[in-house]
Amino acid sequence: MSGTVLEQHVRQSLRRARRWHPAELAFWLLAAASFALFPTRFLILNEIAILALFALSLDLILGYAGIVSLGHAAFLGMGAYSAGLLAKYVTADPLAGLAFGMATSALLGLLTSPLVLRGTDLTRLMITLGVALILYEVANSLAWLTGGADGLQGITMAPIFGTFDFDIFGRTAYLYSLLVLFILFLIARRIVNSPFGLSLRGIRDNQLRAAASGVPVPWRLAAIYALSAAYAGAAGALLAQTTQFVSLDVFDFHRSADLMLVLIIGGAGYLYGGLIGAIAFKFLQDAIATFTPQYWMFWIGLFLVLFVLGGRELIHGAIKALVARFPERGASS
Amino acid sequence: MTFRRTVLKGFMAGALAVTLGCAAQAQEVVKVGLILPMTGPFASTGRQIEAAVKLFLAQSGATHGGKRLEVILKDDTGNADATRRIAQELVVNDKVAVLAGFGLTPLAMATAPIATQAKIPQIVMAAATASITEASPFIVRTSFTLPQASEPMADWAWSNGIKRVFTVVTDYGPGIDAETSFANKFKAAGGTVESVRVPLRNPDFAPFLQRVSEAKPDALFVFVPSGIGAQFMKQFVERGLDKAGVKLIGPGDVVDDDILNGMGDVAIGAITTHHYSAKHDSAANQAFVKAFEAANPGVRPNFMAVGGYDGMRLIAEALKATNGDASGEKLIAAMKGASWESPRGPITIDPATRDIIQNIYVRRTEKVGSDLFNIEFATIPQVKDPVKARK
Repeated sequence: MSGTVLEQHVRQSLRRARRWHPAELAFWLLAAASFALFPTRFLILNEIAILALFALSLDLILGYAGIVSLGHAAFLGMGAYSAGLLAKYVTADPLAGLAFGMATSALLGLLTSPLVLRGTDLTRLMITLGVALILYEVANSLAWLTGGADGLQGITMAPIFGTFDFDIFGRTAYLYSLLVLFILFLIARRIVNSPFGLSLRGIRDNQLRAAASGVPVPWRLAAIYALSAAYAGAAGALLAQTTQFVSLDVFDFHRSADLMLVLIIGGAGYLYGGLIGAIAFKFLQDAIATFTPQYWMFWIGLFLVLFVLGGRELIHGAIKALVARFPERGASS
Repeated sequence: MTFRRTVLKGFMAGALAVTLGCAAQAQEVVKVGLILPMTGPFASTGRQIEAAVKLFLAQSGATHGGKRLEVILKDDTGNADATRRIAQELVVNDKVAVLAGFGLTPLAMATAPIATQAKIPQIVMAAATASITEASPFIVRTSFTLPQASEPMADWAWSNGIKRVFTVVTDYGPGIDAETSFANKFKAAGGTVESVRVPLRNPDFAPFLQRVSEAKPDALFVFVPSGIGAQFMKQFVERGLDKAGVKLIGPGDVVDDDILNGMGDVAIGAITTHHYSAKHDSAANQAFVKAFEAANPGVRPNFMAVGGYDGMRLIAEALKATNGDASGEKLIAAMKGASWESPRGPITIDPATRDIIQNIYVRRTEKVGSDLFNIEFATIPQVKDPVKARK
């Protein structure tokens, strides 16, 4: 009897979580409005959308399954090179490239998941880092295919659906990236608010207990790891397609490290953290680098130290307060 | 960032003009987007070029062809997708008339499609792979090409009794250019060549130098990007290659003037072929070095600086020639065939390839007083890029 009551309770709470909060609607409306509000900043907006998707991918494993990673760039790079090579040698269709980039990254995620999923946080950090380093060197040494340190040149993308050409202003690029981000976000949102997502959170909070209550821990973790890899692959594919260029830098350590910073700024475990973090990180970087091209790294570093020491609660508190201002829609029903 | 001094000057000049009432309309500005690696492993390239560009504007003023040149400096951290994005932003948002800088080959290559699409001149002040100028009809180069500097080395080595050479180059465009152009020429003369390539990022030369020391060649031909030479020299000594009697030869990048003094006496006796030495014996160069060192105490201009200096001069001269018309096609047309006496010697922009024609000098690294310098002792006049010349 109590079993059915509990099930009812869980179903209800999941359904409630799936409902759209007004703040979420406001966020996406703002994202859509950015298209009209900043007509000269499409290029950086495009980079933000891609970084946000990449951060979303890390949030899926870090925020929901508790898997730390210092080598998430491995999947970004895999997606970027897959999409780039497909465009160069097979077909220039962007959507095919996107699907291909996601598929290869997911496969890579699946193959490396047995390595990553055993052991503690520290071993995970080391293994993910190692995988990314290995891929970096593989891409470097396969110079005949990837162009090595000179980068993959000569990618030209066909128009999306045969009509929307990638223009120099980045209009199509941003719209494309934003739409992909939105669709993948919807899917992620549905997944984390499903029984599967709930079981992941159970694993994150207490792996032993989750296993004892019948959750197939290794399979669930492998599944979310592969999904997260596919998301990172999508970010890589977008990067390759919108810049029509891939360099070894996509595998570089700083990509993974920046990603951690983005999630630290935005906060992990509620999906929006990566998006907000990406916006804050990119605008900050852009503003400071415009102000002082030589010493911007110093200011970014200083800001991050201060932020982590004290400011983090301030921003997260402000976001929570803002969200709380909106009355919970249908809270009484 | 805008150069404050330039802005200030322009502002003051503008204010003066208004006060005097002799100019009804404000002077038109031509913007130059300068994209350089100002941070990261190749920051020395960026600093040298930025200093040289500033120096040129300070010396010749910002007004050319009736327009005021305004430089917008951006840092790409030596990262090709950043270079491309910044170039695109400069074109779209800042409406620059010229893109300049480009510290490494991948950075220049990634930007080439933007230059073509926007029909904007792209002045390559540093990157030195031969094929760069073929990537876009809007690319003009004021640095040099690796084959241009490396082929004369093969001639010199063969005629000076060197028969077996081991090459160690950085594994990217310019390194491969240097290796193939040297090896082909040297083998054609009858010599034997063995080759290894070192990764671009985080290079560790020790295992490669070990192979060199086992092979015991007559000479070691080396190319590393500007700024990495000191690291190479240190490991060259650690492996005892200096005592084993292996002669050090190559294009001049390894004995880069900027860091030559820090290398110590191991560099003495290295024979290199290159287009610029801070000790180049001419009045123009002496004035350039003196002014550069006065503006940047403790920094000696290297071949990157002279590439930046001439690049800025090329933009100014082209603007003068078009009477201030800053449209891309007009500027490129004016740049083709431009010729003057640079601190490095006489230079010409080849009208056919938009690449630079210049003297290549054979130099020996020597101690002058307490400082190390590359002393030129032979000149190969007016060398074109051999790769494109053969086509």
